[in-house]
Amino acid sequence: MALLEVKNLGISFGGLRAVDGFNINIEKGQLYGLIGPNGAGKTTVFNMLTGVYKPSDGTIFLDGKNITGKKTIDINRQGIARTFQNIRLFKDLSVLDNVKVGLHNHYKYTAGTGIFRLPKFFRTEKAMDEKAMELLKVFELDGQAQVLAANLPYGKQRKLEIARALATEPKLLLLDEPAAGMNPNETQELMDTIRFVQKEFNMTILLIEHDMKLVSGICEALTVLNFGEVLAQGRTGAVLNDPKVIKAYLGE
Amino acid sequence: MGFLSYLISGISLGSVYAIIALGYTMVYGIAKMLNFAHGDVIMIGSYVVFCAVSVMGMPPGIGILIAVVVCTVLGVVIERIAYKPLRGTSPLAVLITAIGVSYFLQNAALLIFGAGAKSFTSVVNIPALKLAGGALSISGETMVTIGACIVIVIALSCFVKFTKSGRAMLAVSEDRQAAQLMGINVNGTIALTFAIGSALAAIAGVLLCSAYPNLTPYTGSMPGIKAFTAAVFGGIGSIPGAMIGGILLGVIENLSKAYISTQLSDAIVFAVLIVVLLVKPTGILGKKVSEKV
Amino acid sequence: MRKLSKTTVNNLITYGIVIFAYILVQILLATGSLSSLLEGLLVPLCTYVILAVSLNLTVGVLGELSLGHAGFMCVGAFSSAFFSVSMQEAIASDGLRFFLALLVGAVCAGLFGILIGIPVLRLRGDYLAIVTLAFGEIIKNIINAMYVGRDSSGFHFSMKDTTSLGMAEDGQVILKGPQGITGTPGDSNFTIGVILVLITVFIVLNLVHSRAGRAIMAIRDNRIAAESVGINITKYKMMAFAISAALAGVAGVLYAHNLSSLTATSRNFGYNQSIMILVFVVLGGMGNIRGSIISAVVLTLLPEMIRGVGDYRMLIYSVVLIAMMIFNWSPKIKNWREAHPLLKRRKRGEEA
Repeated sequence: MALLEVKNLGISFGGLRAVDGFNINIEKGQLYGLIGPNGAGKTTVFNMLTGVYKPSDGTIFLDGKNITGKKTIDINRQGIARTFQNIRLFKDLSVLDNVKVGLHNHYKYTAGTGIFRLPKFFRTEKAMDEKAMELLKVFELDGQAQVLAANLPYGKQRKLEIARALATEPKLLLLDEPAAGMNPNETQELMDTIRFVQKEFNMTILLIEHDMKLVSGICEALTVLNFGEVLAQGRTGAVLNDPKVIKAYLGE
Repeated sequence: MGFLSYLISGISLGSVYAIIALGYTMVYGIAKMLNFAHGDVIMIGSYVVFCAVSVMGMPPGIGILIAVVVCTVLGVVIERIAYKPLRGTSPLAVLITAIGVSYFLQNAALLIFGAGAKSFTSVVNIPALKLAGGALSISGETMVTIGACIVIVIALSCFVKFTKSGRAMLAVSEDRQAAQLMGINVNGTIALTFAIGSALAAIAGVLLCSAYPNLTPYTGSMPGIKAFTAAVFGGIGSIPGAMIGGILLGVIENLSKAYISTQLSDAIVFAVLIVVLLVKPTGILGKKVSEKV
Repeated sequence: MRKLSKTTVNNLITYGIVIFAYILVQILLATGSLSSLLEGLLVPLCTYVILAVSLNLTVGVLGELSLGHAGFMCVGAFSSAFFSVSMQEAIASDGLRFFLALLVGAVCAGLFGILIGIPVLRLRGDYLAIVTLAFGEIIKNIINAMYVGRDSSGFHFSMKDTTSLGMAEDGQVILKGPQGITGTPGDSNFTIGVILVLITVFIVLNLVHSRAGRAIMAIRDNRIAAESVGINITKYKMMAFAISAALAGVAGVLYAHNLSSLTATSRNFGYNQSIMILVFVVLGGMGNIRGSIISAVVLTLLPEMIRGVGDYRMLIYSVVLIAMMIFNWSPKIKNWREAHPLLKRRKRGEEA
């Protein structure tokens, strides 16, 4: 059984059909790419998967559980975490605290324990710090743990978003254009990191990308979206050589 | 007949709120700030008319004209000195500065005119209209106020729709940066908005004090807050919304004063506002804005 | 960890400032060098500090604009004064009675915070501001129209006047509409005020630097991202709002037990008061607890300090306020300050 099973997903805004008949099956541990021209509806799919938008029709199953139309926080607790195309960090919190917010549902103590500084507060905070630093190390951000997120350079902000998403211990990680705005060196480095995350955390990853090099370099399978509909689907090599895909991307 | 006369005086009070609310709503739409000092501009306008008409004996028309000019200049000067330097920063910073300006105007008036209430002589000398054999009497002030409100709303709507500066206002309120890129003079447009809003405040002040002749440095404060409430009520940023909100507010206030309790009338007005916002979070005519993810 | 010790040091400085100020005032009091006017301001000062620190939790930490903080103070003041007056004979110990009054005030204000927060926190920005302002005014208006009395058969309640309470001969009217509550025991003093300030600061600082505080600030910085990592937005918004309201209630208790007669006017519990508290918070720095304390003290004392200029003092006050705002926030002046290292201030986030 696939980890993520999406059937016939669709959404309309007013009269506009933004996504229609979207199907996808992602196996556990797979690194899957969602590509397509601008405005094809890729981010809209992400927003439906994470509960930001309520789909008009279709179903989403994660690990056998129906999560269609659930609220964002419940979906996160079920195991989907994401990053955003326009970076959304907690900019006035430190890098470390950004990750610790991600750990929120896995390291618990009550507000009262925090206010009165009971022993559990110190214990839990220490464990959180250790776990967060471990994650930051993966993204080579441990040296800047105390820096405000807003003061990080662009490329590192994108990495911090991934670290924060991983902190919620997801089953499925959604990356929305992780390489946007990066130079070729940074992109290369990011590819290595994504691959590392896949192996090290045994993570299932679905990523939206424009950068063909990145997609062909790391994704095992692809879905191509065009005007809200699936244009092609399958193993990376086959999809990229599909004449329909080439036409959609390069025109005639 | 009692109900009808309460209703009419409610509409009259509401018309004053509506005129003040127009100033709030325009400034908010364009500068995205709560101009807390707006109510105090009303008070300054009233004092100017008081000085011109009651002290110096000028004809009311000239007095009103002077008040409009003084308030317009005042509005532009306030914008230039206190608000413009803070453009582009946190709206909260501008809000606090506006509160500072409000204190300044109140205390300046307190120094010049003293705390004692001045008795404002009505600038309207139209006899009351007697209807239904004298059972229903509509005062001249009421008729002028309602008439002024209608004229102003129509004129303002036309101005925004059909003139170049009016459309520039719409553009700036929609997207300031895009408007700038299209060659619109954003600073000029914002200054113009403050000028119009303050001129309206002067007129509102005259009408308010003609109906309720007690003039003190704090006269503008509560009507200002209520008018802002009215603007939010109707959907802030919307000209017809300000009028609907203002008139509804005035009617609710007057009717609850008449039939429920004088003491609780403000509470009732605010309670209705809360209910409206809970049902329609952006006011009666407000647009829904959703955040793009 | 370095971070932990740094915030701890920062927090300790904040407590230190409060304690130092307290000792300083005690010395001044002992040597008799404090004017009676300033002496009378000591408890109100503590009240304002508590109000500013607690509002900062809503405005600075949660990032929601509230203009109804004085309303919560009003709830705290009246509920606790009502409690103290009606329990004056039943509880003999002043200390115990005041402690219970504190709880009553805080809990009532906190409950009002939750009651108001449930519908209101869905609104955003200026809409939230106007609705909180409206709630503040409603609370004040309702208290002014309320009559409560007690006789041998229990409590009587009316929204009209004293006679409609229909009480027996031995009855005593406790809350008299616009005349408010008289005869509240004067249980609060400067020392209690400072202790309450320290408790407030303790609660707010510890909350901010904990799991819940991080969640609250995450909501402030980016609601959608906070949701995406599984933060319960409603829960933490309510928590911040209710704690903020409860602490405002504590300020109300302090205020009420410093006066023998308590009335709800637009001066003490109206929107002007709420705005005044907001001014403290914004001027002291959003989310900066120490800043709130200092600005509340400075801005309360400022009009008294410049009493020498007579009638001009409030005018000067307003000019100073405008000038400070422009100096602190204007982008042009910020750039100019950046260029002058001596004037350069620490970046946000490095402060307590």
